[in-house]
Amino acid sequence: MSLLRQALPHPLLSLTLLMLWLLLNNSLSTGQLLLGGFWAVLIPRLTAAFWPESVRIRRPGVLLRFVGIVLRDILVANFIVARRILGPVEALRPGFMRIPLDVQSPLAISLLANTISLTPGTVSCDVSPDRRFLLVHALHVTDIEAEIRQIKSRYERPLQEVFT
Amino acid sequence: MLEFILAALVLIGAFFTLVGSIGLFRLPDFYMRLHGPTKATTLGAGAILVVSAIYFSLRSETPSMHEILVTLFLFITAPVSAHLMAKAALHLKLRTIERTQNKEDSSA
Repeated sequence: MSLLRQALPHPLLSLTLLMLWLLLNNSLSTGQLLLGGFWAVLIPRLTAAFWPESVRIRRPGVLLRFVGIVLRDILVANFIVARRILGPVEALRPGFMRIPLDVQSPLAISLLANTISLTPGTVSCDVSPDRRFLLVHALHVTDIEAEIRQIKSRYERPLQEVFT
Repeated sequence: MLEFILAALVLIGAFFTLVGSIGLFRLPDFYMRLHGPTKATTLGAGAILVVSAIYFSLRSETPSMHEILVTLFLFITAPVSAHLMAKAALHLKLRTIERTQNKEDSSA
């Protein structure tokens, strides 16, 4: 076990690299598997300095459901935003929101920020230096408090369960 | 039959990409314009990539998987570049339109 840990200090990163390599080559031949495996062992070692702590996914089920929810939200929100863009511009009520953060790990914060930017209608603009607030710009928001609650319960809570 | 569905998906993708560009043209301030291209494009590009994956998998007999990578990279890079542009805009204190709510938060 400890030998395995030593060879693969970041198993998730290694797995991702192997998958990337196979997808890039669009092939599952033995040669590509071996070469991909070689990169998967070598690259995490060479870049170890950039990964001070190893990522741990605690509840993969929650993560999968989270991805599903986000994909559905992207789909739904795209239609809403398309209608707003094509509709009268004067009716839009843009605004900034300061979302207090409960998640603390840098990875969880960046995933939350990315999720917010990916779902149409909101872009995350900045994280406060103490990592306690996320500044988000919304294209159209009527009830800022409700919007913040929605983002926290829909996106932040699952992320908090998965990464600590 | 399948070709009709794929053609429809291509059109949907093109439509949403177009809406993104229209947003870039129509919306009044920088922060609002950011929403157009970063948002409508996710579904626009997504739909076209799905079609590409299905179509080329069926044609060439071997599954075409590059589209998964394209989607992945798009979904990682689009929010990051939007974030950097927004950060730069905050730093330069770009003006927002009059009716923006909670404007004071942007300078906090």
